[in-house]
Amino acid sequence: MINQMQERYARHFNLKEIGLEGQEKLRQAKVLVIGAGGLGSPVLYYLAAAGVGTIGIADHDKVSISNLNRQILHTSADIGRKKVESGAEKLLSLNPEISIIMHDMKVTPENIAALLAGYNIVVDATDNFTSRFLISDYCFRLEIPLIEAGVQGFEGIILTIIPGETPCYRCLYPNPPEDRKAFEGLGIVGATAGIFGSLQALEVIKRITGAGKTIAGILVFDGLDGSFRNVKWSQRKDCPLCGQNPTNL
Amino acid sequence: MKVIVNGKEVTLEQPTSISNYLKSKGVEPQTVVVEHNYSVPDREKWEEIILNDGDNLEIVKFMGGG
Ligand SMILES: [Zn+2]
Repeated sequence: MINQMQERYARHFNLKEIGLEGQEKLRQAKVLVIGAGGLGSPVLYYLAAAGVGTIGIADHDKVSISNLNRQILHTSADIGRKKVESGAEKLLSLNPEISIIMHDMKVTPENIAALLAGYNIVVDATDNFTSRFLISDYCFRLEIPLIEAGVQGFEGIILTIIPGETPCYRCLYPNPPEDRKAFEGLGIVGATAGIFGSLQALEVIKRITGAGKTIAGILVFDGLDGSFRNVKWSQRKDCPLCGQNPTNL
Repeated sequence: MKVIVNGKEVTLEQPTSISNYLKSKGVEPQTVVVEHNYSVPDREKWEEIILNDGDNLEIVKFMGGG
């Protein structure tokens, strides 16, 4: 068994940034991925493959056919199934050595604190601003590192938020857009979600193992232009969440 | 007059407010946030802030899909 486990992660062991020690850190980590959709699919696959010992999946949705252009965790045979169940099945078949915790629920102000409790890192892979602001506010208050990413069409952004160290989500977006419904259900190329979910998984692995440095500021990708851009976004002194006089959000 | 917008040099014919710059590019203000000279002005100030030679402007879209 030990040999088999060693072999699974053989390509991590010869990386000086991970090695046996990093692998043990991954095994002990508890990561919550909120949203098992376009971003969540690659995040979950890569975290499971990397041997993150405990992975929580939170999603209230069921698989529908229009999800399948991007949500590669699910297949046509899963249509109508709960995403948490469909997801857990794939991840455990990829890596039976890890634990998956299914949270079949929609995040709300009432349940979010209990959901986040006990996790070391949270990945926001949701598809709407209401959930995103809720998750970012609570992760900041509970001092949990949060890997935020959002995609649209051929474009996307990612920011790693370490409370007390980096700008927060509200430093970038002080408030949700005026018409937040207008942003729901917009087009997304699956591969764009794939890029950003993979970047989120990489940020998680780096954070757990201490490899490299986190994405400072924001990384913006324009797929039509084929370009990445690193934006050193500033922390807002008047940020409603992490600023000098936070407002009661 | 030259300003840096999203890391690229842009020539402006005349001093322009952030709001008017966005308008000239066909950007709906409600769909973006901006950083001007490494600080983040309130949305309400975008009409007043005039872009000067050498200014740095970052425009980031609201992107929340997944
Ligand atoms: Zn902030």
